[in-house]
Amino acid sequence: MISQPGPSPLLTLRGVDKSFPNGVTALAGLDLEVREGEFLSLLGPSGCGKSTALRLIAGLAAPDAGQIDWRGGERPEIGFVFQDATLMPWASVFENVWLPLRLRGQSRDEAAPRILDALGRVGLGDFAKAFPRELSGGMKMRVSIARALVLRPALLLMDEPFAALDEITRLRLNRDLLALQADLGATILFVTHSVYESVYLSSRIVVFSQRPGRIVEDIAVAPPGPRDEEFRVSAFYVERCRAASHALEAVMSEGVAS
Amino acid sequence: MTTASRIGERALPFGVFLLCLAGWEALVRIAALPPYILPAPSLIGLTLVADWATLSTSLWATLRITGLALALAVAGGVALAILFAQWRWLERSFFPFAVVLQVTPIIAIAPLLLVYLEPSTAVLVCAFLVAFFPILSNTALGLASVDHNLRDLFDLYGASRWQQMRLLRLPSAMPYFLGGLRIAGGLALIGAIAAEIAAGAAGRGAGLAYRIVEAGYRLNIPRMFAALVLISVAGIAIYLALEAVSRVALRRWHDSQRQRQG
Repeated sequence: MISQPGPSPLLTLRGVDKSFPNGVTALAGLDLEVREGEFLSLLGPSGCGKSTALRLIAGLAAPDAGQIDWRGGERPEIGFVFQDATLMPWASVFENVWLPLRLRGQSRDEAAPRILDALGRVGLGDFAKAFPRELSGGMKMRVSIARALVLRPALLLMDEPFAALDEITRLRLNRDLLALQADLGATILFVTHSVYESVYLSSRIVVFSQRPGRIVEDIAVAPPGPRDEEFRVSAFYVERCRAASHALEAVMSEGVAS
Repeated sequence: MTTASRIGERALPFGVFLLCLAGWEALVRIAALPPYILPAPSLIGLTLVADWATLSTSLWATLRITGLALALAVAGGVALAILFAQWRWLERSFFPFAVVLQVTPIIAIAPLLLVYLEPSTAVLVCAFLVAFFPILSNTALGLASVDHNLRDLFDLYGASRWQQMRLLRLPSAMPYFLGGLRIAGGLALIGAIAAEIAAGAAGRGAGLAYRIVEAGYRLNIPRMFAALVLISVAGIAIYLALEAVSRVALRRWHDSQRQRQG
């Protein structure tokens, strides 16, 4: 079950611009509202500025112009999941998940219950002592998600986390991610260029234009039933996929014309 | 690979080595070469036993200098690499000095050091100078070669500079450092030997290189070979020891220690 979006936005981006020293303008006048509890996908072609938007929200880069406003004026706890698992290869699974808490001064023993809880939630309770090298790609990504969840973030940012995984692992992780969100109630901002993934996961999809990125379409996805395997073949799912695909096609043809 | 073929693969270099020794022994005996031209391996072995008291003292002296120089190079190289990584202006200011010291042959610096320093100290400094650079340059490279996403992650969670150094940059640099350490171990021995030869020419020294020079003056060729054997064995032992350190430190996580399948 997907939590219903709350009334007030958790986060608002207004007229955000971002350029890079090499002259590339990634974002120009981006307006975006992220509501509490929603699963919002940023869908768009490669290089359209989706990941840049995520980095700005995470505070890993500063916008050149515009505003990023948080509800209450303060950035909440944020979890970040990168496209690759980004684990420390020299550290065990336990130590990798410990990292955010360790950087906040928590000892191994203090942090242990939360680490084991996070690992349990992603189905890796028995792998605390393993090293990343000993895990499959999907398991590494689960560790990465556990690490992002261990601080119990209000906002989880995910930058194409499943793009490099095989189809079966990807489908399984999609399902587990929905269950996690239903369980934890976190707001998720999910970057993808997969129409099918975005429709399956999201409560809302925003479609980005070609670079410099701005939002050209806002598609709500509120299915009548649960998001299970039946949902993937339902008329509602197909219809939403078609809407997202059309928006994406329009973006691509616009890019070709220019 | 079967156990038999694995044993065969390991035994092969030993077999070839023994065959070479046998050929050498046969050549000396058949051609009746005098020991001052080319001693037989058996005579070198006997000399090793007969002169063990002198040679072992010298071996210990050379190993002590090599070990001390390596330890100083590790401490100095790692400390300086950390400072370079924290303050780039420091790296820009001082790295050229390290390069100058590295590219100037140690054998050319040794006589100058012998003028300014006690011979034993000069030998130590020479060995240190050659061992220092690989540690410094490799560790500095390792500290700078951190995964960008991991660095972002540390920034996201508000890691301090020291936390980044301790938990991210130093572990990332470990394989680079260990690569530098293996090179430095061999170089420390070479530096010690080169400086001992220079110091020996100046009249004092108790290391293996000095024994070689001394035996050369006396035309005691078997002892020269015996000292040479000890130097080679010391070099191999240092390499194997550092290789073992590297294997233990990296075995659970680094690709260099991964057993290939099939």
